[in-house]
Amino acid sequence: MSAIDPRKELADRLGLDEVPPPRFTSTTDVVSRLRENDYLSDESIASVTFLADRLAKPVLVEGPAGTGKTALAKAVADATGARLIRLQCYEGLDESKALYEWNYRKQLLRIQAGRPDDSTAEDWHALEEDIFAEEFLLTRPLLEAIRAKEPVVLLIDEIDRVELETEALLLEILSEYQVSIPELGTVRATQIPMVFLTSNNTRELSEALKRRCLYLYVGYPDVERERDIIISRVPGISTTLAEQIARVVRSLRTLDLKKAPSVSETLDWARTLVVLGREEIGDEDAAATLHILLKYQADIEKATKELLGKGKSLA
Amino acid sequence: MSEHVDAGRAMTVIDMSDRAMVKATLSATLVKDGDHLPVFNTAFDVFFANRHVDDPDALFESGDDADEDAQRDGKGAPTGMKGAGRPMGMGGGANSSLSAEELAEMLFRALLNNDNNALRQAAQEAVTRYAGMEPGRPVGGTYYLYRTLRNLDLDGLYDKLVMENATGEDDHLAERLARDEAQSRIEALKAAIEQEIRERLVEDRGAEALAKSVRKPLPEDLDVMHANRDEMAQLERALRPLSRKLAVRLARKRRHKRRGPVDLRHTVRKSLSTGGVPIDLRFKPPRPAKPEIIVIADISGSVASFARFTLLLVHAISSQFSKVRSFVFVDGLDEVTRLFEHTDDPAEAVARINAEADVIAFDGHSDYGRALQSFHERFAGEVNKRTAVLILGDARNNYHQAHAEVVAELRYRAKAVYWLNPEPQSYWNSGDSIISQYAPFCDRVIECRTLRQLEAFVGDLA
Repeated sequence: MSAIDPRKELADRLGLDEVPPPRFTSTTDVVSRLRENDYLSDESIASVTFLADRLAKPVLVEGPAGTGKTALAKAVADATGARLIRLQCYEGLDESKALYEWNYRKQLLRIQAGRPDDSTAEDWHALEEDIFAEEFLLTRPLLEAIRAKEPVVLLIDEIDRVELETEALLLEILSEYQVSIPELGTVRATQIPMVFLTSNNTRELSEALKRRCLYLYVGYPDVERERDIIISRVPGISTTLAEQIARVVRSLRTLDLKKAPSVSETLDWARTLVVLGREEIGDEDAAATLHILLKYQADIEKATKELLGKGKSLA
Repeated sequence: MSEHVDAGRAMTVIDMSDRAMVKATLSATLVKDGDHLPVFNTAFDVFFANRHVDDPDALFESGDDADEDAQRDGKGAPTGMKGAGRPMGMGGGANSSLSAEELAEMLFRALLNNDNNALRQAAQEAVTRYAGMEPGRPVGGTYYLYRTLRNLDLDGLYDKLVMENATGEDDHLAERLARDEAQSRIEALKAAIEQEIRERLVEDRGAEALAKSVRKPLPEDLDVMHANRDEMAQLERALRPLSRKLAVRLARKRRHKRRGPVDLRHTVRKSLSTGGVPIDLRFKPPRPAKPEIIVIADISGSVASFARFTLLLVHAISSQFSKVRSFVFVDGLDEVTRLFEHTDDPAEAVARINAEADVIAFDGHSDYGRALQSFHERFAGEVNKRTAVLILGDARNNYHQAHAEVVAELRYRAKAVYWLNPEPQSYWNSGDSIISQYAPFCDRVIECRTLRQLEAFVGDLA
């Protein structure tokens, strides 16, 4: 089996002088460097991050809200000393907001400024070349990530919010790391950006997009990992309390709730309990602070009944 | 195909002697949907069973086939992994070195200390002792699992674990946490036993043969009418995300279908940047009329679960309709819309239907003719040109009169009449099924057996 180096292949295609060195040496390296940046990964997160770097492929991260999908991209950027470029997706996002836009105000000014009274056809032609120069180009996040000279991590957040047709905008970048601008030609990346796409799974993404990405599912962490996350993110918390919090949250997630508590809500709850100076959680504390974890009155009532054995909520 | 190439390429950049890494790599390159992960995990365990292998290279020659497709293709079973493990321990029965009490104690210790290695060992012992596995039998292992678990007194273990973990104080939360912890450890034990059985089956019969036996359809492809209790629970879990996705999709579709009238304020504001020339017209968001829905569902015996899922789905996305009214019948008809009105959880309302709806008028056998007639007498006035009428049922009329003219009359009044039949099309019109008598008066008669079909239909409707 001959050695394949996807990074080298991509560098050749992009016409780079040298192959950028891989960011991580092994999955253990990923784990430890993410941990230094307060992000606790698990086996699949670390492996996929490592693979994405080695294969120079984007990662599609799916999972419930608040399980650290966006945080992963941030932590990777911090760990590799790269700049994080973020594209927040929303309904109605289009080319001019995601890729690039011509600064037509400036173009108009240029046209008006350079209009002599006896303008000829040649003048117009020169002007046309002039106003579609880089000077009049407004870069948006995707183009910015491609044109960046320094290492970047590109985060395309909540990709499931854009319409199916808009996804097609991304395909060229995701597979070729280049952007075609009709008036200027093709802009190729000068380094290999790491790309993360996150999705809350509110709709099916297109096959074309999925095919170009590695897939990572980030679910709710198990009790041990969640405890460790609490300990690393909440200063001054005792291990017993963290463990207890993690267990309460697991029990809550087994209930049939409208919105299960996310990791970030768990952290908020942990911080609250630390501020209140609690060493362990009793029924009263839990009832009084449950609204930090749960955002629907019906959920709070259900949890109070199931976990605390009371008919009515105190919160 | 490109996934297979990716997987193959990915294999060259990782350490292939690391089983966990191989698994993570395959799942990242081959699986593109979180719901498919359990299937992948089973397939991986079958094709890459955790055994000593003489020739590691043989293991990866066909590595990129181990996704759910491979189960269908039946290829991708490396030959190097058979017969190389430790003694098989088939046959079961008395060849265990431990007594039943010792085994129970061992299990309890492993569970109490949350010790995974000990748990695996105990699981091996338990399978050897109780599963009674017979070499060569073409089964998927569910039966062996059942036999092992039946002998293990899991309830007893659970109670003991709760006792050990309980603090003794009168604290509901602590008690509940202890119970959940015990439950999760018992689940871990079950998983360990299941894995052990699967590994032994792979050793016995090879990965290909086993892959055929453990193949399972995805929840949305399960036949609703013939789902067992486990599958029913799976269906219920699958329904919620399904209806949420459907609602999002419909809301978007509606918003983007047409443009509304010109938004003058926005257009003038926009024209300032082009020197006051309104180049860019802006439009107000459209407000299309939403359809009204009337659901008439047979809730007798065999088709009851199908009716429940349809009612759940329709009400879960009721915001996409201007009005939803639900009727259920067996041989009498009752309106159940009120049950859905004062709760924000449709599941709760559906659960109450059986207890509260007054649907039995005579002998409790489905009578479509009578039910439809009764609907027509009492509610025909409610049906207008904006209403889509949905009739759910297998049209097994127990040889009563069809009264198909009622459906014809409904169709004349309504926008459309659809009939959803949860039976396979080949069974239609056999025995007492009289679907062909109603069919001419319906806009469409649709075979609807899985959640996927149901979702597609309801999506088209809105």
